[in-house]
Amino acid sequence: MAEIVLDKVTKRYPDGALAVSDVDIEIADGEFIILVGPSGCGKSTTLNMIAGLEDITSGELRIGGNRVNERAPKDRDIAMVFQSYALYPHMTVRENMAFPLRLAKVDNATVERKVNDAAEILDLTQHLDRRPANLSGGQRQRVAMGRAIVRSPKAFLMDEPLSNLDAKLRVQMRTSVSRLQKQLGTTMVYVTHDQVEAMTLGDRVVVMRGGVVQQIGAPQYLYDHPSNLFVAGFIGSPSMNFLPATLEDGTLRSSLAELPLTDRIRKLLESADAPREVIMGVRPEHFEDAALLDDASRARGATFTGQVDVLESMGSDKYAYFTLSGEQATSAELAELAADVGSADVPTSGIQLVTRISAASPARLGQSAEIWFDADKVQLFDPSSGRNLTFAGE
Amino acid sequence: MSMQSDMSQSVIGADAVKRSGGRGKVVLSEGKKAERKLGLMLIAPAAIVMVAVTGWPIIYSVWLSLQRFDLRFPEKQAFVGLENYGTVLSNGYWWTAFGVTSLITVVSVVFELVLGMGLALIMHRTLVGRGLVRTVALIPYGIVTVVAAFSWRYAWTDGTGYLASLFGQDQALLTQRVPALAIIILAEVWKTVPFMALLLMAGLALVPEDLLKAAAMDGANGWQRFTKVMIPVMKPAILVALLFRTLDAFRIFDNIFILTSGAQNTSSVSMQTYNNLIKGLNLGIGATMAVLIFITVAIIAFVFVKLFGTAAPGSDQEGRR
Amino acid sequence: MAGLGGTETLGRKSRWAILDLVVVVYALVPVLWIMSLSFKTTKTLTDGNFIPREWTLDNYKAIFQTSEFVRALGNSIGIAIISTVIAVVLGTMAAYAVARLDFPGKKALVGVSLLVAMFPQVSLVSPLFEIERSVGLFNTWPGLILPYITFALPLSIYTLSAFFREIPWELEKAAKMDGATPAQAFRKVIAPLAAPGVFTTAILVFILCWNDFLFAISLTSTSASRTVPAALSFFTGASQFEDPTGSISAAAVVITVPIIVFVLLFQRRIVAGLTSGAVKG
Repeated sequence: MAEIVLDKVTKRYPDGALAVSDVDIEIADGEFIILVGPSGCGKSTTLNMIAGLEDITSGELRIGGNRVNERAPKDRDIAMVFQSYALYPHMTVRENMAFPLRLAKVDNATVERKVNDAAEILDLTQHLDRRPANLSGGQRQRVAMGRAIVRSPKAFLMDEPLSNLDAKLRVQMRTSVSRLQKQLGTTMVYVTHDQVEAMTLGDRVVVMRGGVVQQIGAPQYLYDHPSNLFVAGFIGSPSMNFLPATLEDGTLRSSLAELPLTDRIRKLLESADAPREVIMGVRPEHFEDAALLDDASRARGATFTGQVDVLESMGSDKYAYFTLSGEQATSAELAELAADVGSADVPTSGIQLVTRISAASPARLGQSAEIWFDADKVQLFDPSSGRNLTFAGE
Repeated sequence: MSMQSDMSQSVIGADAVKRSGGRGKVVLSEGKKAERKLGLMLIAPAAIVMVAVTGWPIIYSVWLSLQRFDLRFPEKQAFVGLENYGTVLSNGYWWTAFGVTSLITVVSVVFELVLGMGLALIMHRTLVGRGLVRTVALIPYGIVTVVAAFSWRYAWTDGTGYLASLFGQDQALLTQRVPALAIIILAEVWKTVPFMALLLMAGLALVPEDLLKAAAMDGANGWQRFTKVMIPVMKPAILVALLFRTLDAFRIFDNIFILTSGAQNTSSVSMQTYNNLIKGLNLGIGATMAVLIFITVAIIAFVFVKLFGTAAPGSDQEGRR
Repeated sequence: MAGLGGTETLGRKSRWAILDLVVVVYALVPVLWIMSLSFKTTKTLTDGNFIPREWTLDNYKAIFQTSEFVRALGNSIGIAIISTVIAVVLGTMAAYAVARLDFPGKKALVGVSLLVAMFPQVSLVSPLFEIERSVGLFNTWPGLILPYITFALPLSIYTLSAFFREIPWELEKAAKMDGATPAQAFRKVIAPLAAPGVFTTAILVFILCWNDFLFAISLTSTSASRTVPAALSFFTGASQFEDPTGSISAAAVVITVPIIVFVLLFQRRIVAGLTSGAVKG
């Protein structure tokens, strides 16, 4: 076990493309860290550089305090689980799991014991003599994990290990990966494009975009204090609502409402030297049906009235969707986020708004409802740089 | 708009992924260079053998075709320009052979396509004995052409053959031109239908079952599903199969050699070349015919590629000829 | 045709069974006929019966007593095996490069091999005849092996590169992560996965070389290098005055047996090999 340090790690491809730029991450011993971002953000390249499958163009990679840039994968003492599992089709489950130990010339008794232990942990004992082709997706995934854990490596690298499983199994395996990591206490670097996995699994999350680290932090911290528009839009499901807004004389004007700024936000904006035109972000859960609130609560925010387009009842609460007139907020980051989820292809007019309101709300489909939102939970972003103007983190 | 251009200059903007070198200047890393070197080293032996054994001889062949070069009269060897071409192209035997070859090619390829499609459908869809059918169908493909040709020859030989007696005694079908050509085509078709069927079966496997189900739901009957769905989807596979078989059929030699030895004007262009060369020992004329066949084959291939263009898989490579 | 998986009734099954039977008869009759001839006695050879009335092994005994056939068989086996080994080794190298590496000249190679695949062999016969005579390769094993390799290479490169593309190369990375050196990764992971493709290609190439007649008859002049297909056409029978039909049939059956064995044992592989290249081009 060891800590992994990436010190200004950069990857530039022979054709000049910059895949990863100046990445600085310090991963503590035993930490479960997630690299997350849309496809092409450099997360897999970063993982491959840690693995030694790709060369580091510049910067330094240290595992357990030693520089390992020049070491071959086999000399780094780390194990990896691939997206396709990469099980050797000509070997049985037992042989697959024993393979790294055999290569390390471990004696037969130890191999036997370690494979059996790993099979026990992963519930694979009865499948040990089968070939990968005869296993289900979930079983193959577990074999891949087993092959990684038999060696008791310093660290595990996981490259989207759950993305080939169906939704239900993915949720199940997610908890077992988490449990396994806690049980073994081994450092784990986990790559995913799924922000739900990122939020639920990691001790800390690294959000990447275009080869550049956007923000590093605990999941809740990233959720509450995104440093920029990209992180704000990427973390959270359903994602944050964004609207163009104007700052004028301590008032925030948008197609939702005209909102006096709270003191806290006003101070933050002053120190951030905010422009006049901004993008306003409100998370769905910071809305509520105004009909359910007392006057004191109402006073802490503003209300708007709109016609409910779609109403989804989740049991515990309701999602009410609105279409507001006006232009959508535009920025390169939002365009990229839309492209990533594919919503860029869906024709829309006006501003789409998602609100999460109490299950007790009387709001009805097709009827108009008065919706309140929390003035102090509003986040404001600079449309040109994407910077969070109301960033309250350190 | 201006907002967008501002964006790309921001600290965390997308410019990080932009290709800095652009397309013009590609600087190769050590790894890339090593990969290129390894790639070239690995293909070198194969490329050298192929080019040395085909490229050089075809050039030599062109040179030979411009010579008067008869091994029986080596002292008369001389450069004669295009005289050999004049001799060959004004020769009735050559044109007869050309006509026979073309006829055999067209007729046998048509039969092969139809029968091959049938066999492909049987191999692909049969409910019983699929393994058996596939195995047995491979036998004609694998068998030595000369062996099969002997089998057909004896089958049609008067007195010896079961087929000859079936079609009436004392006919000596192999010594009459039209029946002999029919038998040559039969032998050729028999041998190559399985190969055709395998190529088509590969195409059939590409037709998604859902597509056929959808067509059935849309009201297409079996024949319509075949002609309106399967055939269009399989078109690339069909074209490749046709191209390969046409070029192959044009080279026909073994069957004719064994069945008729080219008697009664059943000779193909390959037979003519062989006869001039090995029997007549006339290198100049043999080489001229070789060049003419090469040109014909090139034209056939070119026409195929031009006609069907990008529809054929691998047309990318074919287009490079 | 194009039945959509409905109920597998007895009627449908028997219809397919009849079609299957037609295919079996189609494929086997000429083979059975030449076998039948080879087992007929001299007396019954020309009775036109499909099934021999009198059975004998004399034809086989006779051909194995002639040096003409025995040497031709040796030539056939030797030349085909050597050509196959060389063509598959060179083809494997080239196909690996085509499937896995990025380098200039890749398309040129693919183009050249396609050109060779379509090349009319007879166009090579005249120049090769003259070239081989002048360099002393005429009527020798290498004189046949060279053109065989040449025409086997396109087949071998196509088939192998199709197989190689199927190999999940991520396994190579996985093996490296599991602690394998590049050599170990190749030996323990890639080679076992590539072996079936190489083997299949070897069968196809062997069939191609075994089958050749044109080169065999043009580039040889004596039994020193004449292969069986060529030798068959020079057969005169055990004695000068005997009808060679029985001997030719027996010899034909002998060179057909290995092919039938290959087909029976490796049907699946041969089909996969022949079709893989075709679809992927």
